[in-house]
Amino acid sequence: MIDSSLKDIAAALRAKTVSAVELATDSLARIAARDGQINAFVTVDRDGALAAARAADARIAAGDAGPLTGIPLAHKDVFCTEGVLTTCGSKMLANFTSPYDAHVVSLLKAAGAVMVGKTNMDEFAMGSSNESSHSGPTRNPWDTSKVPGGSSGGSAAAVAARMVPIATGTDTGGSVRQPAALCGITGIKPTYGTVSRFGMIAYASSLDQGGAFARSAEDCALLLSAMMGHDPRDSTSLERSYDDCSAGLGQPLAGLRIGLPKEFFAEGMSADVRAAVDAAIAEYRKLGATLVEVSLPNARLAIPAYYVIAPAEASSNLSRFDGVRYGHRAAEYTDLNDMYCKSRAEGFGAEVKRRILVGTYVLSHGYYDAYYIKAQKLRRLIAQDFAAAFEHCDIIAGPTTPTVAYGLGEKTADPVQMYLGDIYTVAVNLAGLPGLSHPAGFGAGGLPVGLQLIGDYFSEARLLGAAHQFQQATDWHTRAPTVQEA
Amino acid sequence: MSLSLDEVRHIAKLARLELAAGELEATQAKLNGIFSLIEEMQAVNTDGVEPMSHPQELAQRLRPDVVTETDRRAAFQAVAPQTEAGLYLVPKVIE
Repeated sequence: MIDSSLKDIAAALRAKTVSAVELATDSLARIAARDGQINAFVTVDRDGALAAARAADARIAAGDAGPLTGIPLAHKDVFCTEGVLTTCGSKMLANFTSPYDAHVVSLLKAAGAVMVGKTNMDEFAMGSSNESSHSGPTRNPWDTSKVPGGSSGGSAAAVAARMVPIATGTDTGGSVRQPAALCGITGIKPTYGTVSRFGMIAYASSLDQGGAFARSAEDCALLLSAMMGHDPRDSTSLERSYDDCSAGLGQPLAGLRIGLPKEFFAEGMSADVRAAVDAAIAEYRKLGATLVEVSLPNARLAIPAYYVIAPAEASSNLSRFDGVRYGHRAAEYTDLNDMYCKSRAEGFGAEVKRRILVGTYVLSHGYYDAYYIKAQKLRRLIAQDFAAAFEHCDIIAGPTTPTVAYGLGEKTADPVQMYLGDIYTVAVNLAGLPGLSHPAGFGAGGLPVGLQLIGDYFSEARLLGAAHQFQQATDWHTRAPTVQEA
Repeated sequence: MSLSLDEVRHIAKLARLELAAGELEATQAKLNGIFSLIEEMQAVNTDGVEPMSHPQELAQRLRPDVVTETDRRAAFQAVAPQTEAGLYLVPKVIE
């Protein structure tokens, strides 16, 4: 049953042909059988899941169920969950049990969704391969010698391996769209400011945004609708009316103008990804969309600008981990300063330390204008490029990643090689726009390829509607990997 | 640009990160690789461009000056490495 669409699962729950307890039990059994191969979960909360499922069944019996009531779900371990371990993929928080829920977690609890566990991630969401996790790497369900992408790789792999139908993630530079692409599922990062960051452990605050994973755009729309909304506890949360993300699902593609940024198609994309992306775009055209060439001339600057802004904000955000109020404290030290230095050296992994050092440098006296301000100026140019492109098109389409999933360990020795994989995703975060990735076929080694759709601000319903129309006409999103069961 | 070993030591000190002597050179090499990527920014003329700090350019909201939080000291201190009588303990700072 958990392989069905959320709409069908909800109908079955209402018809009493399945119970929330049965769904949770099925999800937990799949995790027990499959996750030994994948390592998508840091924590499995069996007791909490079964209690939540019983409560969901009571709500369904009382006629008080919403579209997510009784649906099993996993949260990325970046979201604080009251009473449940929240590690953020770090030794620093390996023993941290949050005293409160993130806003997103509260919303999904209130909607009656049943959390079965917390998913693996790159440490503090810094990474593109899920290999920097203190809990060990997550493996790609399509080929366990490959990375699942990151930083929300655990959530993407859990959905791809059909352990849960939906999962939350966060996307600072591509961390929802990239693993969605590499794992062959659908993932959306909404407009900056639409999903509260309260209780979402901060990496780069002007870029961090919660997002949703599911097997289809239709299911993503249901999850994202439940996550969005104003929250006064997040100072960047937008006070506006929030549209139902499912509102555009029935809208045909006829007349939709799809912009193809010439810079995305010029170089850098591998031949197999190119073939799948071209075929997917041809399908959109067949379904009635029109194609126009657009230009994002400053897109190539997105990676350098991102790798200034994100580390700068990370160095500031992560200064809170000092071994005093929570998190790891070194066992031996000589004085207070030595306690800070040793606790942080022991608690943080290599990539997190590198980003803290880069950020500390670019914010230090004499360098602030040359790096941080310069990067913020480039950020404006990048946002202006998108604004100009949206004068000629309704949505932008292109690849999500330059290649299909690569081998575990292949890029860990050279951080710059890892960073370059973010080429198609980071500009969207710098501009604060919504973006999604949906399955578009398969490339080398039978590994999934993602198509990225980028919309103007607040166009989530339109993006999901376009992807849904594509998914009505194609079946890439229904393909599932075969995971060896224990 | 490239960072000297002294500069790496200095920023590690500012960041309160102990770097073992054996880690210094490897860290320097990786940071310099990252900075060579970052340097690509400098090729673009950004004179007269206003820096963008936030996609929506919002002003910070104000709220009424009333108490909204309850006392949850025990819950918050339960996750602290060391507390005593409601206080967080750290090594002696003032002799």
